[in-house]
Order: sequence, then C-alpha cells, then structure tokens
Amino acid sequence: MNRFLAGILVLALAALVSTDATAAEVAVRAKTIYTMEGDPITDGVVVIRDGKIAAVGAAGSVNIPSDAKVYDAEIVTPGLIDTHATVGLTGILNQKQDQDQLEHSEPIQPQLRAIDAYNAHDPLVAWVRQFGVTTVHTGHAPGELVSGQTMIIKTRGNTVNDGLVRETAAVAVTLAKSARKHGDKSPGTRGKMMSMLREALIETQTYMRKRESDDPEKKADRDFKKEVLASVLRKEVPLMVTAHRANDIANAFRLAKEFDFRLILDGAAESHLMIDEIKAAGVPVILHPMMARYYGDLENASMETAAILRDAGILVGMQSGFEGYVPKTRVVLFEAAIAAANGLGLEGALRTITIDAAKILEIDDRVGSIAVGKDGDLAFFDGDPFEYTTHCVGVLIDGQFEPGETYKQID
Amino acid sequence: MRRFWILLFTLVVIGGVSRSTLAEESTTAFVGAKIIPIVGDEIERGVLIVKGGKIVEVRATDDRKFADGTEVVDVSGKVLMPGIICTHSHIGGVGGGDGSGPLHPEVRIYDAINVRSSGFRRAVAGGLTTLNIMPGSGHLLSGQTVYVKLREARTIEDMFIMLKDGRIAGGMKMANGTNSQRGKPFPGTRGKSASLVREMFVAAQEYRDKLAKAGDDEKKRPDRDLGKEFLIEVLEGRRVVHHHTHRNDDIITVLRLANEFGFRVVLHHVSEGWMVADEIAEAGAPCSILIIDSPGGKIEARNLIFETGAILEKAGVLTAFHTDDWITDSRVFLRMAALGVRAGMSRQKALEALTMAGAKILELDDRIGSLEPNKDADFVVLDGDPFSVYTKVLQTYVEGEKVFDRSDPEDHLHAVGGFGAGHDQEPYLCCREHEDD
Repeated sequence: MNRFLAGILVLALAALVSTDATAAEVAVRAKTIYTMEGDPITDGVVVIRDGKIAAVGAAGSVNIPSDAKVYDAEIVTPGLIDTHATVGLTGILNQKQDQDQLEHSEPIQPQLRAIDAYNAHDPLVAWVRQFGVTTVHTGHAPGELVSGQTMIIKTRGNTVNDGLVRETAAVAVTLAKSARKHGDKSPGTRGKMMSMLREALIETQTYMRKRESDDPEKKADRDFKKEVLASVLRKEVPLMVTAHRANDIANAFRLAKEFDFRLILDGAAESHLMIDEIKAAGVPVILHPMMARYYGDLENASMETAAILRDAGILVGMQSGFEGYVPKTRVVLFEAAIAAANGLGLEGALRTITIDAAKILEIDDRVGSIAVGKDGDLAFFDGDPFEYTTHCVGVLIDGQFEPGETYKQID
Repeated sequence: MRRFWILLFTLVVIGGVSRSTLAEESTTAFVGAKIIPIVGDEIERGVLIVKGGKIVEVRATDDRKFADGTEVVDVSGKVLMPGIICTHSHIGGVGGGDGSGPLHPEVRIYDAINVRSSGFRRAVAGGLTTLNIMPGSGHLLSGQTVYVKLREARTIEDMFIMLKDGRIAGGMKMANGTNSQRGKPFPGTRGKSASLVREMFVAAQEYRDKLAKAGDDEKKRPDRDLGKEFLIEVLEGRRVVHHHTHRNDDIITVLRLANEFGFRVVLHHVSEGWMVADEIAEAGAPCSILIIDSPGGKIEARNLIFETGAILEKAGVLTAFHTDDWITDSRVFLRMAALGVRAGMSRQKALEALTMAGAKILELDDRIGSLEPNKDADFVVLDGDPFSVYTKVLQTYVEGEKVFDRSDPEDHLHAVGGFGAGHDQEPYLCCREHEDD
C-alpha cells in the first residue's frame, strides 16, 4: 500500500513537471520594454522558450504562441544584476554563525570559495529578488587584504548548484581601511598591505615556475592559495580591488601594472578624483552604493560619481556592497535610483544594473539585456522602476516566475 | 549734520543686529508655488507670506497684492512644504551615557554636540529644520535628548528651543531589548532590564516624596540628586520618554512600565509594532519609526517591514518617521515616507509623518509642523513632488532664514557629496562592537 501511494506521488510529481515543461513558452506584453539594446520598445512583446529569449519586438511584429503563459506589465526591464553583493554569505542576522563573508584568521586567503558558503535560502536572497534582482555577483566581502573568492548566481534555486553562472568570478582584495589591523597584527599600514600583496604574487610567480619543472625534486607541491593567485596571474580570474581613497586607487593601478592581472575597481569613492588614471588603466568601476555612509574612507563620496564616470566613458556597475551593521543588504534598484536622480537619468542608471553590470562581470552573453538567445530574465514594474512609489511586481528567471514586492494588505 | 546722525544710527543698528533680527523687520512673500500646508488642502498655486521669522499668511490663491515694502520671491513651479522634522537623530557626533552603568538620567546630550559637524549641513540639505538629537540605545537610559532648530549656530545654545517654563526642550532616551544587554553592571536579560528601570523610578518617586514633604524647610530636604531631578520631570509628565524598542513583547513591556509610573512615552523603531498595533493604539502611545532597506541585523529587527507605517495608520496611531541619522542619511529622508506610501500608507499621513506628527510628538505643534499663520517660518522649497526620487530640495528656511541653498556651491557639495564634504566625526552605530561579541 505504501508502495502504491509512493507510486501515485511519483506520477503526480511527474505530471507536475511535465505541465511545467509544456508551459515552456512564456510571453510578456508591456507598455514599455527597456531592452538595453537600443531605444525602448513601446507596446512590446517578449517571448521566452525553454528559459531563453526567443523573440522581442513591437506588438504585432512578434507572434505570441497560443499555449504560452502570458504576463502583462507596465514596464519591463532585463532582470537586474547586482554587480557586487554579499547576499547568501552575510546572513540576515548579525551573529557570527550567520555571517560567512569574512574569515579573519589570516589576511590572505584567496582559496576561500564563495560556493562553499552560499545559502540559497537566506531570506535576503529572496529580499533582493522581490526588487527585481535576478543575478548577483556575491561572495567574500571587503575587510581582509585578500578575503576570498566571489561567484555569480541567479537568485532562484534550492542550492548553490541551481542557477550558478560562474563558480569563481573574482578574487576579492581590499586596499582600504577596513582591512587594516591594529596592534601587532599585519597589515597595519598601507605600505604593509602593498608589500604583503606583492610578496604573495611574487611567491605565486615562483610557484608557477616550480610547478612546471620536469624535475620531481624541484616540482612544487600543490598549494591551494597559490593556485588561485596563479589563475589571477594567468588572467583567468580578475582581481576585484576595493579601494576608496585616491591614493589606494593609485596603489591598485601600480600593483596591476607590476603583475599584469585583470583589475576591476570596486567601491572607488574617490574615483571622481581619478578619472584620467582610470581611463588610462582601462578598468571598469563597480561603484559604492549611493546611500553608503559617507564617512571614513568614503568621506569624499558623491552621489554624482556614477554620472561623472559615465560621462568620461568609464564602464560603471552599481553594487549593494557590504554593511557590517544595517541594512544587512542594500538593494541595487534603490541605489541606482539615487544615481538616476543625480545625473545618470533613468536609462543611464538602468545600465549600471543591467547591461553594463553584465559587461563588467563578462556575463553579457547570457544576461543584462533583452535579446534573442539570452536567458529569460526579466523584471516587471508598475511605473518608472526608480520612482520611490513604484513596485516591482514580479521577475522571470530563466523563464520561471517569482513574485515581486508583496505587502500586507491593509483595507 | 542731521543726515550724518541718521546714517550713523542706521549703521549702528544694521551692524549690531543679527541676520535673524533683519528678517524680523522685513516681509517676504513666496509666490506662485504649489503649497502643501499639511493642515488643510494642498494649494495648486498659492502665496506664503513670512515676517519676523513667522508665517503671517498662507493664500490659497495667486493673489499678489502685498503691503508696501514686501519682498516678493517668485517660486513658480516649485513646491513648498513645512520644514521636515526628525524625531530621532544622532548627528553632531553625540555621545551620551558611558560604559560605567546602564542608567544615566543626569547626562545631557547637548553637552556633547559639535554644531560644526557636517551632519548638520547634510540635514538642512535634506530639508530638515527640527531634530530630536538623542544619545544611543546601548543603555536602559542613556541620557536626556535635546530638540534643536537647525539655525546657523556657533554654539549649541543657538539651536535650542526654549519652553515657556524656561527649560530647554528635550526628552529622555531609554531602550530595552538586546542593545542594553551585556555584562555587569548592565542587565543580562529582559527581566533584569525591567527590574533595574523599576528600581530607578521607585527611587525617584521616593526622592520626589521627600522633597514634597520637606516643602520649604531647607534642613529636611534631601541632598540634590541630579539624575533624580530629571526623573521627576519624567514622572510628572514634563519630560517625554523616547523609548527605543523593537520586539513585540518589548513594546508591551514599555507600555506596562509607562502605565506603572505614569510617564509619557514615544515608542521608537517598533520593528514588530505591526504585531501589536491595536495595543499601541489603545495605550495612546505615538510611534517614531524608520524604514531600513532590508530587515535583520540584530535579531529583534528580523521582522522589520515596510508596512509598519501603513498598519499603524490603520490602527489610528500617531506616527512620525525618523532618520536615526547615521543609520539612514538625512539627505534622503523624504524617501523614507515615500517608501511608506509604496507599502500602503496614505499620502497625507506619510507627509504628516515628516512634519505635523513629529511636531506633536515633540509637543511643538503650536510652533512647527504645518504652514499656518503664527507658526515658525520653517519651510522647504522643492522642485517637484516630495515623493519623487527626481525631486531636489532647493532651499531650506528656518524661522525665515535661508539655511540651505542648492545653487550655492558649498551647499551643493554637502547635498550630493564630493571632495571636502567629508565627515568630521565617526558615526554613532549603536552597539556595533558589542554585537560582534
């Protein structure tokens, strides 16, 4: 009997799955579609087949399949991308057991993988998703010289294996006050930070040579840390360097010049003072949250920096960043809104959390715009996405619907 | 010769008066703007007339007939609303009670405020004109709070609001829940927290009774006790308690203690206030709330939601928003009320939560909180709807004096940030180190 029941259950489950599979076509009709591939489409349609965008265009020019599940929305944008977060690692509670974004036992630990610390069920993952965020670049936080790795993942899934876009997206380096130690611990100064990084990279160069040796006596044993740094020196993985002060940003460029790695500048509160240097280095900037606290390393931050960088032709992504206290996560939709109101405008600000974010993270072949062949990731809004009183009313991730903001109904 | 004396006299008078006295002598009419008076309907195109730091008239029409000598300022296409009130701020580099114990009723926060802190510049850039500056929440009672006007100030005295009885306006800051729980002499549990507070108030009651019994007899009077003197003000309802409290049961505990000792209380933060909204309403306690962009952090803020304002509104609770500045940035304070609307609050109540509700909570509603005749000329000039992200605060006026002008490069710097806008103080972040333990 038990076996019979179990059999029915399996059949029922199979039916559910197959129903899901036949509804593999999804269509979205919207008054305005911001494709981020040219001008917005008025009265547009997006069709998604098997989780990928199959068609996009003006109503009438795109055929809506008869058995497609149809959604209607006022405004549709690509699913939003948080260019640098710590969600899934920084749990919702400020208790050590719930905070996995920083390991303080050693200042240089590039071997720490984000995938080993990501909790897909942390409430903050769903929290950012309800505001349109479908992809996050998340992982080890600023706060140690080399705090560990980051990864890229969709905000929908039961485990870290679901929706993982890239296992190792970057190695996180901090050249800022937050990585400085007190007392007799290192690094205690800027000079020491740089010397420790240079030592680690030079040792990695030596290690790489010794690993290539044919002589078993001379061949180096496998070294976890150095293997990760070697992937940086081989330009397989970028270094994401969090630096706010102009002199710390200059330090990042000096280091990149010496070791020739791929650099992504992160935080960058004083990047508005370093426009020429950033252009010369040809690096993108993942800018601090617009509503970060403007003190300490960020005392010269500006809400206009995103517009200043954009106007200089520098690629800018917006981040939710990391907060040690509250809010436990910021929301890039809200942060980009402040940039929109301070010079970037709606579409400029939208770029920082869609296509330009995707370009910085080198995932623009899959996400960041609404184009045929890309992942079926969309966000629906009932008005200008950045207006305070607008709502995100839902998202599609690989064509699968997840609800947007839901508020208790007060009659 | 006579003209010389007149000239000299004029020079002496003008040279010897402050900018605010000048304002008292002139009449200014702000014409053409949409006016949101808070009390009364919004006016599509009206006139606000200011004299001597006070509002003398609010016209619901665009009638531009004025008394001779009236300075006319054209603000067509702009929006005027009352100066914004923050019922819970920590700007000015404040520090209240120290780590020596959990109760500091004798500590005055105004002894610890740096009026040159750039936080004040950012506050006026956000349209704020009145603040309740408080010590932190890491103590059961961290000290007295002070209500200030954001006038240009050389010392904190320049910002004070004086009460009719000659006292400096302010409240008393208390807290329960986890922030004040730590090692001895601080409480380790909620039960101990409440018992320490009860013990404190009972001792104050006894002190008060001894004073009353002694009457005018100097010999019978107990020695002066600074802390208890201020606690008597609390017991007599002359000093409101501003009580940090998050969890639903902590909120009820505050109401229980307020009922036992008869003090008047404003409930601050109330992250779980939505669970006990009817109980709060029944107690008649106003709430001062904030919206943070995500819930969590401390365990008692796990259930913080955007709808708290809407639920308290529905329950009929007097509710104001606060910045908790350093926790949220005063420059974007309008945003918080807009998020309240996003989650179900009415536009009117959300606007009141930035103005009139705060005025009532600080018991200054006869002076501030709305644009009405005889009230202080505290107002903000906006370039659009208060709840749009694209709207900028253009000018902020306190008692008729312009304290912020976005077109001024220095003010602009403080409004958006940039090189030189830097903070001169480390922020107050409650019990951050303590939480890491």
